[in-house]
Amino acid sequence: MNHLLSIADLDREEIERIVAQAARFAEVSDREIKKVPALRGRMVLNLFYEASTRTRSSFELASKRLSADVVNFAASGSSVEKGESLKDTVLTLSAHKPDAIVLRTPWAGAAELVSKWCGAAIVNAGDGKHEHPTQALLDVYTLQKRLGGIDGASIWIVGDVAHSRVARSNIIAFQRMGAKVTVAGPPTLIPRGIEALGCEVRFTLDELDQADVVYALRMQRERMSESFLPSLREYATWYQINGRRLGSRQVLMHPGPVNRGVELSGEVVDSPQAVITAQVEAGVVVRMAVLYELLAGMREPQSAPEPQLA
Amino acid sequence: MAVEPLVQGPGVPANLLLRDAHLLDPRAGIDARRDVRVSDGEIAELGEPGTLEKAANEEAIEAKGRRLLPAFFDPHVHLRTPGQEHKEDLETGTRAAAAGGFGGAIAMPNTDPVLDSAPLLRSLRDAAAREARIPIGFLAAITRGLEGAELTEMAELREAGALGFTDDGRPVQSAGMLRKALQYQRLCGGVLTLHEEDVSLSRGGVMREGAVSAALGLGGIPSVSESTMVARDAALAGYEDARVHFQHLSCAASVQAVAWAKAQGWRVSAEVTPHHLLLSEEDVRTMDTRMKMNPPLAGEEDRKALIEGLRKGTIDCVATDHAPHAREEKEVPFEQAPMGTTGLETAFAALYTGLVLPGILALELLVERMTAGAALFDLPTPRIVPGEPANVTLVDLDGEWVAGEHGWESRSENCCFAGRRLRGRVLLTLAAGAVVYRQRAFSVVAA
Repeated sequence: MNHLLSIADLDREEIERIVAQAARFAEVSDREIKKVPALRGRMVLNLFYEASTRTRSSFELASKRLSADVVNFAASGSSVEKGESLKDTVLTLSAHKPDAIVLRTPWAGAAELVSKWCGAAIVNAGDGKHEHPTQALLDVYTLQKRLGGIDGASIWIVGDVAHSRVARSNIIAFQRMGAKVTVAGPPTLIPRGIEALGCEVRFTLDELDQADVVYALRMQRERMSESFLPSLREYATWYQINGRRLGSRQVLMHPGPVNRGVELSGEVVDSPQAVITAQVEAGVVVRMAVLYELLAGMREPQSAPEPQLA
Repeated sequence: MAVEPLVQGPGVPANLLLRDAHLLDPRAGIDARRDVRVSDGEIAELGEPGTLEKAANEEAIEAKGRRLLPAFFDPHVHLRTPGQEHKEDLETGTRAAAAGGFGGAIAMPNTDPVLDSAPLLRSLRDAAAREARIPIGFLAAITRGLEGAELTEMAELREAGALGFTDDGRPVQSAGMLRKALQYQRLCGGVLTLHEEDVSLSRGGVMREGAVSAALGLGGIPSVSESTMVARDAALAGYEDARVHFQHLSCAASVQAVAWAKAQGWRVSAEVTPHHLLLSEEDVRTMDTRMKMNPPLAGEEDRKALIEGLRKGTIDCVATDHAPHAREEKEVPFEQAPMGTTGLETAFAALYTGLVLPGILALELLVERMTAGAALFDLPTPRIVPGEPANVTLVDLDGEWVAGEHGWESRSENCCFAGRRLRGRVLLTLAAGAVVYRQRAFSVVAA
């Protein structure tokens, strides 16, 4: 594995290997000294074009626990605001010879594009509405820990699928691990053609009791002004996961940050079914495993590819 | 019209003897080997192979085994002058056209500033009279600044040489505004050519809506954003008995709407691009920005319907929608990239390789559809007949090449067919009687 650009690039065996490695790193997190020297002397560059607290800090923590050096580069307040292109920013930062670049952008395909411009291992930390592969890995890790295995599980992903990179990566990852995935949400927020990814589509939660796992997505307020929804109130009436809808044996997941009272009611966030904080915890160890896989494994040192005619 | 409809730069009238070329001109009913004499830029004489003698002032060209076709005509190109000469200009754009075997083309008015006034059109025609390698015509904007709010001075623009009118790049969103332009056409004439898109349906979209856009998380442009507007504007044209031409059809429903309009006897015509005939939304999966164009690449069913429409004549002609963009503009994430692909240099070879070789379309039909655009604008169709000006292209159908391997004549390289192995090389193009392109490696036999 040279990069982590899309969860679709990983087969089941590779996902399992990363998850198993993450479990080993979880032991480290319980020690008094939480650091291992696995990536000492390696440099990880966090390049974030979008605001992000949890993903960025989780990558930063993961790098530090592996003893790598971390440089954070946020687009705001940088040369990007002076009009520097993504390519030039990447080429400039590449001059510092990072071993890995963790990239978050609002543009689909940006991580793959960047992987062609520099020799560093690229980790896609979210590219537009396309993918968020480390989120999918940490969700698989969390679920395996909770359920013992995902094979045969029925997982419902509920909410704004259209604008969610988490949904796309998880539809692929959960199915690859043997689960049956159903997406449910308002018809305006379920993209036409999503069933080609292999999932079922529902527009109501009438059959939600079939689910072993309910994965709620964040509902963003700007969707109202764009007329995807008449109101948050109406959304909550039809799609909120609350005590009435969530069964006692069902597991509840959410990528955070939660809008209490919108996609989730307060009581289910605090319920024993919710594994939302376990997901956050898993974030660090899974990202450790990803960086370890990319940088400490068999990866050959790569020079930047020759410039190509576009 | 007071002025010539097409303008071109100075060219030397050719004196050539093409020996034993295989002529194929569907309109002239020729599909046979001939010696062809071009004198002072006119097709002077056709003779059985080996019968014509080279005159002292002539260059002889061994054309055995090569096809001599009427030069192609492209009713839809973006030459980017004025204002965007970093992408293309009149010289580079027409050079690319000549290299693709085109003997004429029509440039779109979405320049900077927009071609919406007669003085601008006159100065552009003056520039073309210096720089254009092949004859080109110009369409002026329907509405000032392509804003969709006020009509341009269409009658004056026609007198200054506008072949017709279009807001290409943008649709005329308001039916009422388009209707006024259609009514005004009774005074000024000229074809109204329409980019059909309902932006309330397409807004935010960067590719065709469907399984691929859903998987990539890219905003989708539904096919109905085009087909509903084709149906609307066909009905308006029928009601006003106006002449309209639909640009770059991209889906089956649009083809059906055009077929229906033609069945009513309404005066509509339509074009389709090589990329919509040959590529599909699956080619967007890699998010290669060269695959980003408007209208977007469609699904496989739509692609088949476009081919069928072209075969039946519901779609009248091929147009490239040659849309050059600078490297730095396209070397960005897919969502940020501008829409458009270049197409002049690859059109014939791509269609020959993709449709004629596999037996989907006959070569005569492809040649007919690649030359049919001229007549839609009341321009003469190139014909290989004695007495006609020499507008021909000599093609090596067996010639294999990789698109872009030796660079491009165009200033831009954003070609959706770049890197593909194609069959069919243009060796020589004559436009309006002058040699406008000669493939570098193509040897000339003097004897």
